[in-house]
Amino acid sequence: MAATYRKERLDRGIKARSDDIFALASYRDLAYLLLPRLLLIGGLLLVPLLEGVLGLYWLNVILIACTIALLALSWDLLASVGLISLGHSLFFGVGSYIAGALNYSLGWSPLLTLPVAMVAGALICTLLIYPILRLRGIYFALITLALPLLFMRVIEATKILGGTEGLSSLSPLPGQPLVLYIVLAAVLVCFFGYRRLIDSDYGLVLRAINDNDRSVMASGINIYHYKAQAVFIAALPATFAGAFLTHHYRIVGMPAFSLEYSILPLTSVIVGGQGSFAGALLGALLLVPVSESLRAFGTLRVVLYSVMLVIFTVGLPEGIFPYIRRKYHQFERPVPVEEGS
Amino acid sequence: MIVSILIYGLVNSVILILTALGFSLTLGLSRVANFAHGGIYVSSGLVAWLLLRRVGLPYPLALLLTVLISGLLGALIYRLILIRVRGIELSEVIATFAVGVAILEFFRWLGFVTYEFNLPSFIPGRVDIAGVLIDYQRLFIIGVGLVLALLLWFFSHHTKIGLALRGIAQDEYTALTLGIESDWAATLSVALGSSLTAVAAVTILPLGIISINTGYDVLLIALAVAVVGGLESTVGLVVAGIVLGYAMVITSNFVGPQWMMVVYLVAIVLVLAIRPSGILGQFKELEERV
Repeated sequence: MAATYRKERLDRGIKARSDDIFALASYRDLAYLLLPRLLLIGGLLLVPLLEGVLGLYWLNVILIACTIALLALSWDLLASVGLISLGHSLFFGVGSYIAGALNYSLGWSPLLTLPVAMVAGALICTLLIYPILRLRGIYFALITLALPLLFMRVIEATKILGGTEGLSSLSPLPGQPLVLYIVLAAVLVCFFGYRRLIDSDYGLVLRAINDNDRSVMASGINIYHYKAQAVFIAALPATFAGAFLTHHYRIVGMPAFSLEYSILPLTSVIVGGQGSFAGALLGALLLVPVSESLRAFGTLRVVLYSVMLVIFTVGLPEGIFPYIRRKYHQFERPVPVEEGS
Repeated sequence: MIVSILIYGLVNSVILILTALGFSLTLGLSRVANFAHGGIYVSSGLVAWLLLRRVGLPYPLALLLTVLISGLLGALIYRLILIRVRGIELSEVIATFAVGVAILEFFRWLGFVTYEFNLPSFIPGRVDIAGVLIDYQRLFIIGVGLVLALLLWFFSHHTKIGLALRGIAQDEYTALTLGIESDWAATLSVALGSSLTAVAAVTILPLGIISINTGYDVLLIALAVAVVGGLESTVGLVVAGIVLGYAMVITSNFVGPQWMMVVYLVAIVLVLAIRPSGILGQFKELEERV
């Protein structure tokens, strides 16, 4: 009779010793921890040098993927506080329009509009969301869905900021390798910054609000202040992404508030896995190139994202990244199953 | 002027109530926030159009079939997707939202975006009421709204199924011990909500064309009415519909029609700032939200 085997999973030694403090005994241990991080940084920084291989078109796709990654990271941070946003294009659009308006009417250079749009946009978004921070769960999601749609309506109705035409012929950003480096740096800073933030004591409070906000309140912490701060911190990369793409395309219009900028980051995070930021990054870097190659299908792309969203929420709720992480951190070996037991 | 505002305000209020009814019913009966509401609304209109123009069915039969198909669609959404993420509220929201977007964008991709997609009125023509011309379709809307509201109130308060559904919404575990099967009850409530949405769609859509973007607007309307009125409260729904309906018509008359949609935002923000549980919400709901 053939012996049957089952898979046994064991944590790797260094991981088993402690979950967050690593006792490094050798270069192997060091490499084990540093390799994934260095691979990410190195890989991303190498991309702009591959212009000869990829061609300008795909460099551009990677640039868009990075802006979506910024949005996805921002979405992930909000979700870590328990605020699920269905209208992330609000942040994107506000950032876009501030940068566009400052450049169009005052003639500020992108060097100035990018940081101003980032900070001012995040402030404005925080003020907009502040009244609804008392809501949680589906009610918050409902209202965030409404906000960008209403912004579109207001711009359409009042014809401010260029109305339906938008503002065009804005100042361009510098050429291709440099512009890609800017956004790659932004992604890396945001990614590692967020990971550090969420692991700090401050991040602990944020995650606790997600887990059980009543007990955080009972500990004498004003959760609304924390939520507002989290919204501000989460809005920063999203408004930056908006301002950045505005200058990249040299035009800003109502599509900045469109559903695509809400649903792409959302899908990225759900596909990649929520909670670790790496999932968000992975999701965006996977999804955007895939969706670019499907550009011929027009709005069917949005259908595909949605279907993917349904499949992943229902069938694979943890996402791709936790799966990869488990494979990396654990041994798997076949163990014979004992008969008769 | 005043009579016109009164009459059109009433029509508008009933339109709002009708549009929000399906969403609010499902939420109130089984706590499922069906974000595919807009998708179902628009797809009902388009299904009716297809049955009428492509299949060539008589109008009443087409309408009836549409309502049934939409109910079936709702039941399918629950049995295939929602049942697997039941209880995880945010997954429910994301899944139904994605379904709604998928439906809407799929129809957009198929090319349902031109002006030929409209439904005929039940009875064409218009009538003069106190010096204001109003078409029969708008009168129909008021009639359907009244009948549906009464039927629903009767259904949810005086029939066994209705009471069972409300029991699930109040306390699922206790309802289970009393032999109410929560999955079937929830399937039924989503199906019922979808059918109601279809009724609203075929009654309201003859006023204009069937456009894909209506789907997103409808979701907004449902949400505004639900938030302003307070959830689970049928009376709250009606009151919110009337308040918002008149506010919109007044805004449209005195400020400009393009500001109508902005009324929702203002209403939502005001209500949430002053009274987060809605006009007629109860304390329990306040606790759920805040």
